[in-house]
Amino acid sequence: MNAIQLEAPFTEEKIRNLKVGDSVEITGVIFTGRDAVHKYLHEGGKLPDEVNLKDGILYHCGPVVIEDENGAWKTVAAGPTTSIREEPYQWQVIRDYGIRGVIGKGGMGPKTLEACKEHGCVYLHAVGGAAQVLAECIEETSGVYMMEEFGSPEAIWEFKVVKFPAVVTMDSHGESLHEKIFADSVAALQQ
Amino acid sequence: MVELIRRTSAELPDDVHRAILSSLENERKGEIAEATLKIIDKNIAIAKNKSQPICQDTGSVLFYVDCPVGMDQIAFEEVAKGAVIEATKKGYLRQNSVDTLTGVNDGTNVGRGAPAFHFHQTRSNEIQVRLVLKGGGCENVGAQYALPNTKLKANRDLEGCKKVILDAVIQAQGKGCGPGVLGICIGGDRATGYEYSKHQLLRKLDDTNPVPELAAMEKEIMDKANTLGIGPMGFGGKTTLLGVKIGCANRVPASYFVSISYMCWAYRRHGAVLSPEGSIESWLY
Repeated sequence: MNAIQLEAPFTEEKIRNLKVGDSVEITGVIFTGRDAVHKYLHEGGKLPDEVNLKDGILYHCGPVVIEDENGAWKTVAAGPTTSIREEPYQWQVIRDYGIRGVIGKGGMGPKTLEACKEHGCVYLHAVGGAAQVLAECIEETSGVYMMEEFGSPEAIWEFKVVKFPAVVTMDSHGESLHEKIFADSVAALQQ
Repeated sequence: MVELIRRTSAELPDDVHRAILSSLENERKGEIAEATLKIIDKNIAIAKNKSQPICQDTGSVLFYVDCPVGMDQIAFEEVAKGAVIEATKKGYLRQNSVDTLTGVNDGTNVGRGAPAFHFHQTRSNEIQVRLVLKGGGCENVGAQYALPNTKLKANRDLEGCKKVILDAVIQAQGKGCGPGVLGICIGGDRATGYEYSKHQLLRKLDDTNPVPELAAMEKEIMDKANTLGIGPMGFGGKTTLLGVKIGCANRVPASYFVSISYMCWAYRRHGAVLSPEGSIESWLY
């Protein structure tokens, strides 16, 4: 299967061209943000200036990061966490920060799907549990923000990624692979 | 003990790896399901080679200890807690334990109820320690049903049990990092039901349930679940489950619980037989 190369800058045009079922490989800067970050933003918290999410990609991930002998960060495991917990907040974060892509696992609900359609964003499903394959795509762990407030797994990490693999499971045209598979599986169970 | 934690975090047990490889063979070539299982297989190899966590969510740390009469359990807990702290420093475990009241993560993985210990006395002189690292994603999709369940038309019989178990598979899709494994307890109370369901996850995937009715039910649920088209990660495909393990416990007449623990493909379970001095004599999986 040939993957579509999704390279920074992640413009609205590139994102609108993506369709459910497309395999992509992402290259560029991405930021992590999970439960604590979403709740914080929802409650009106402000991001540090260095975290620029405009035309950016937010990754639902709490990595394992260690400091090497030279004091540099090294991300040793970095798979996606379950995204649906951010469903109450994600639409707002997409709208307010101009995010073009959300990477996670398990898919998200109707509010996020609607925000993807309205603002030009996609949901990119990474393989849950594949923390090593995905960590190998991180060329550099270039920053960490809000570490003191949230602790390591919940902090905002800045990653430079190369050919990070994901599947588009919710696109900017209102389509969701998750809705389709759910409906099909319920039908199959009733047979 | 640190070696047991390292091995559990970085190396998938052979029985689970074999099940993943056979499901990879079985998926249609060129589909997302196949590509996903290939990434999973590659991930298993990298984690083992680099001695790094298979999954960044190194999970709840669950110790199951079969111990001889008279073994000092308090001393065992102290040693194991020390090993957890050490394994966390080495990056085998993520700083993964949060004080629920204050929200503080002190980075040690040791605190109230963490790690969890389940001791079981035996007449044998051997100490057997099993360790399961159970990620939060799959723990969150566990489910407990009280029968009868009107919505699912599930009565207090084995047919009713099957209905609620398959409902749990439908509800878990995509969220629990499939293909997964179900550990199930029929009966018990709300607490023991879940506890016994997790005990089922200590069984090897290729074993056979000694109770014929339960063995038949395991096979039936596995076969049915793999026709639902949910597939790895819920992307669609033939492999929804890698295994189903069912146990049962007596219940009181008023209760009929079915408790389901879902385990993700990153099924981190290892175990060792220890000498009385605490060194590893042999591996269990």
